[in-house]
Amino acid sequence: MTVTQNSSTEVEKKEDLVTITIDGVEVSVPKGTLVIRAAELIGIDIPRFCDHPLLDPVGACRQCMVEIPDMGNGRGFPKPQASCTITVMPGMKVETQQTSARAEKAQKGVMELLLINHPLDCPICDKGGECPLQNQSLSHGAGESRYDGVKRIYPKPINLSAQVLLDRERCVLCARCTRFSEQIAGDPFIKLVERGALQQVGIYERQPLESYWSGNVIQICPVGALTSADYRFRARPFDLVSVPSVAEHDSSGSAIRVDYRRGTVMRRLAGDDPEVNEEWISDKDRFAFRYGRGEDRLTTPLVRDGDVLRPASWPEAIDAAVEGLRKAGNSVGVLTGGRLPVEDAYGYSKFARAVLGTNDIDFRARPYGSNGNGAEEADFLAAAVAGTGRGVTFSDLENASAVLMAGFEPEDEGGIVFLRLRKAFRKTGLKSFQLAAYLSDGAAKMGATLVPTVPGDEANVLAELPAGIELDEKSVIIVGERLALVPGALTAALELSGRTGARLAWIPRRAGERGAVEAGCLPNLLPYGRPLADPSARVDVAAVWGTGSLPSEPGRDAEEILIAASGGQLEALVVGGVQPSDFRDPSIVRVGLENAGFVVSLEARASEVTERADVVLPVALLEERSGSFINWEGRERPFPVVIKKPNAMSDLRVLAALADGLGTDLGVRTTEQARAELAELGAWEGERAAAPQAAAGNPESVDGSNAVLSTWRLHLDDARVLEGEATLIRTARRAVARLSARTAAGAAITDQVVVSTDRGAVTFEAEIVDDMVDGVIWLPTRAISDRGPGGLAVSEHLAVSSGELVRIEGVVRIEGAQA
Amino acid sequence: MTETISAEPYSPDPITPVLTANWGDDRAWKITNYERRGGYKALRTALQQPQGDLVQLVKDSQLRGRGGAGFPTGNKWGFLPDNGAPRYLVVNADESEPGACKDMPLMMASPHTLVEGIAISSYAFNAHYAFIYVRGEVLHVIRRLQQAVREAYSAGYLGRNMLGMGYDLEVIVHAGAGAYICGEETALLDSLEGRRGQPRLKPPFPAVAGLYGSPTVINNVESISTIPSIVAGGADWFTSMGVDNGKGMGIFSLSGHVRNPGQIEVPLGTTLRQLLDITGGIREGHQLKFWTPGGSSSPIFTAEHLDTPLDYDSVAKAGSMLGTRSLQIFDETTSVVRAVTRWLEFYKHESCGKCTPCREGTWWLVQILKRIEAGQGQEGDVEKLLDICDNVGGKSFCALGDAAVTPINSAIKHFRDEFEAGYHTPAWELFPYEKNVIYAQPAGVAQ
Repeated sequence: MTVTQNSSTEVEKKEDLVTITIDGVEVSVPKGTLVIRAAELIGIDIPRFCDHPLLDPVGACRQCMVEIPDMGNGRGFPKPQASCTITVMPGMKVETQQTSARAEKAQKGVMELLLINHPLDCPICDKGGECPLQNQSLSHGAGESRYDGVKRIYPKPINLSAQVLLDRERCVLCARCTRFSEQIAGDPFIKLVERGALQQVGIYERQPLESYWSGNVIQICPVGALTSADYRFRARPFDLVSVPSVAEHDSSGSAIRVDYRRGTVMRRLAGDDPEVNEEWISDKDRFAFRYGRGEDRLTTPLVRDGDVLRPASWPEAIDAAVEGLRKAGNSVGVLTGGRLPVEDAYGYSKFARAVLGTNDIDFRARPYGSNGNGAEEADFLAAAVAGTGRGVTFSDLENASAVLMAGFEPEDEGGIVFLRLRKAFRKTGLKSFQLAAYLSDGAAKMGATLVPTVPGDEANVLAELPAGIELDEKSVIIVGERLALVPGALTAALELSGRTGARLAWIPRRAGERGAVEAGCLPNLLPYGRPLADPSARVDVAAVWGTGSLPSEPGRDAEEILIAASGGQLEALVVGGVQPSDFRDPSIVRVGLENAGFVVSLEARASEVTERADVVLPVALLEERSGSFINWEGRERPFPVVIKKPNAMSDLRVLAALADGLGTDLGVRTTEQARAELAELGAWEGERAAAPQAAAGNPESVDGSNAVLSTWRLHLDDARVLEGEATLIRTARRAVARLSARTAAGAAITDQVVVSTDRGAVTFEAEIVDDMVDGVIWLPTRAISDRGPGGLAVSEHLAVSSGELVRIEGVVRIEGAQA
Repeated sequence: MTETISAEPYSPDPITPVLTANWGDDRAWKITNYERRGGYKALRTALQQPQGDLVQLVKDSQLRGRGGAGFPTGNKWGFLPDNGAPRYLVVNADESEPGACKDMPLMMASPHTLVEGIAISSYAFNAHYAFIYVRGEVLHVIRRLQQAVREAYSAGYLGRNMLGMGYDLEVIVHAGAGAYICGEETALLDSLEGRRGQPRLKPPFPAVAGLYGSPTVINNVESISTIPSIVAGGADWFTSMGVDNGKGMGIFSLSGHVRNPGQIEVPLGTTLRQLLDITGGIREGHQLKFWTPGGSSSPIFTAEHLDTPLDYDSVAKAGSMLGTRSLQIFDETTSVVRAVTRWLEFYKHESCGKCTPCREGTWWLVQILKRIEAGQGQEGDVEKLLDICDNVGGKSFCALGDAAVTPINSAIKHFRDEFEAGYHTPAWELFPYEKNVIYAQPAGVAQ
């Protein structure tokens, strides 16, 4: 299945049905359907290589030849035709290899020709065992080859990128990879070069296949010509056990297939979910799965003993944590991070309220500006996101009349959202607009129009959109999580939606954010959009939880929790996955953790929180436990256990044990129980929280020696999940500072720019961008550092956030000086 | 030229020099010499007529495409949709098939005939840009065309407000990069757009979505060059030449083992016997063995076809194709195996690689042919050749694959024993290659 359309259009389509006869069987299909696709519907499998339902037809391999004795007008084609390029005509008659000897001979002939130059290295080929060429040559080819000549050979393999390798002699030149790169990803970095039998896939010498989507070409290669450096020669398909799962690296909830062997995941492939990711996934979702295998994996509980953390048994560690938390009473802050499955997030939400008795819980780790803006975002999430169920969907994006993006880079931050928007642009000419300081790469590839915006000015631009942007009920306003950093912007986005009827979609970066919102991991929110401030909502939740009453005092947000911990207002912290450098000023986090009286950390891998914790409770990796994410659409994406481990502990299981120790039953221990209780809670039917009413600010003004910072995270950077993924990281985009020619000239910037604040300075290569708004400098929020491990985070060096001022100056190079 | 393009009644003289009439003139390629012969008068006439009348005139003349396929030119012009998009004329001057040699001499000798044809044709179907896609290797032709176009611009025949009559036309001479496949019209368009030349999927056809996605007419050099004479002479004059379903005259190129190789312009329907009589026949002391009526892509003929009228239908009925009227003549000293092998090496070299049958088939066929030529063929090789040809012909993406297997099929049909002899005896023993050479070096002179 690859067709994505609403049920409403399906009804309309029925009128456009065309009836044809294939091998004597009548079938009615929508107008414009390809013959090969119509044959699939009645179970006739025509062999093919170049054909792919999501790529434009090319007709290159000629494997799918059929006879068409009648085109529907009484006349037939004199020669066999490629069924992947011919669309159905009313009354058409088709004879496949099942009924036509000529079609069968044509197919066998092409198969033989495909094999004459193909090496017989199946026993050592990664594709052997799951190879369309191998399979179809068995089902549709001759047993013996008549070819006794010379095969073409090439040095093998060559790199198309650090990750994607090409064995040219295996290639059948079907052009799937080149068409994918050009059509789907919009990164036409591979092309067929040379001609005749020497034709081959090639790259431009200075531009390898460094695409965020390159791994898909490996999966759709119908032979073993394309392999990944990470998986090549690591396993045979028939030794692998496959488990369908869900990807965790963005908020799309892409279906994936996880293949493991003897307790170790060997690779991940895109699953086929036409409603969500179709058949594609990002390279991060495909290749980044070894993050739990390093030395930093926590394998046993740790308990602080003076200056050192020493291993402890589970009972000892639980007791220690319980003792510390009991002392703190309800003076505990809970930071969960944005990567948890919804069941675990629910566990934290309930633990905070029902066990600890506090609303000081927040999943967010955001670099709010110096004034903080967590309250507006919390109000926005409560009013417009939480408990709204399935809202805007991928299909809605595809069929939208227009899309406006604010605080959002579709490719770096949107994952599959980018592919779907690009598809809409290619297929239906979707009009899209991006509020940004310059048109980002991903937006350019979907034909978006730039709405030039100085960071910090988004609220004003949304309030008064430039002429030419017309939004209606079929339009979508995409709000990225970054928009929360701009005071008044979320308020303005909601107002714009109300004014135009355009629907709003909040698309965060992390997989667990929407789930955390639904679970109520916010200081103002109970599960499924129940406003904390609403007594009937509290009663409703308390009834299901079987507790007397819930704390009604609104909680602190993440930054406030940390500051309160530093100042002694909070005595203890319970921390899930939180990374200090995700905040504007990481020192606030570190100081908060260090000054808190007692810190319990639930982590899979040792982190900066571990170092500062009093009790460390190791939790399972995603592949070791079941759970579910809720993607940005509001769609539940459950995933099963992949690798069964005897003592895998989810966050939820640990929280239940802590609750036991504290003398309150959490009531849920397993994923299934949490799901059941969430279902029991159900949607909130009472009044929703009010929309935020935050005032818009004005952007900073600049004077030439400084600039307004624009920044977001790249798809591949120094993220902790990418540690150890050496090959993948080599395909990341270069970290450069982008600014306009005028801004650069004003600060005498040529090759390099030093960006500084009172906190520190960092040097980037400068890149002039034609459409960049003057007075703005764009930096990647994080980057892979070429100066050794640890990477580079703007927060660490500059402690500054998007929309704030940074000083900029050119690097003066002294001729002849040694670096 | 004035004589020929005035509406003279059809002369029984088998030679009808129209396009070639001025080739013998002193510096016939200069615009002044072309004008002295009456050149560009037809353009003036045409620009005074309604555009639709010109299209109708070409339809009435029954001119069929001179590039090989023989599609009626007027009908091609009539297919263009009226969708507001710009229309383009592309002249296919990528002549590069073995044996084909009519467009290059025409553009060398009288480039203005083509330029005038382009001006009239573009006006007729309302194109304001015309491109001449010339094979990249023929630098001398490219330079001559560029000069002719420059001259025509200076004289006001091209450019803005042509001849002061309010029509604009830009003509661009574009050099290809040396690929036979770019003679295929859609591959030509890709190449012209700056891509790698590979045939496009049809539909959409170029008439609907061609160059830059706009309606495009692609015509052969000779077809377009014929237009001025039709405008000057009228449809009746043109249809007075030739045969039914093959009206008018055409340039025939004779090459190979003939006394006087070259181009000769005669009405369609003339036979090879007549052409040989006019030009002086097979080389001294030899007899015709086989020949191609339309270049290497047309099935070969033998002496039994000497009296086959060379027009579209008669040649097709006899089992071949008129194609580009490239008559390659081979006498009895020629090994048909060797000739076919050379042709196949050409097709293997020129296969673009896009589709499997052509790419892999030519690779394989050449290997079998080479061993047959070397006398190392294996029992069953002829059947294998025929079977592979069957798997390639009609299965490939464009006509190149069909063309590649044509010489093999027809050669085996007529000379199967020569192929079977290749199971034991090298071709160079059966047909000593030195006897085959036309311009043999005297003994003892180093090659």
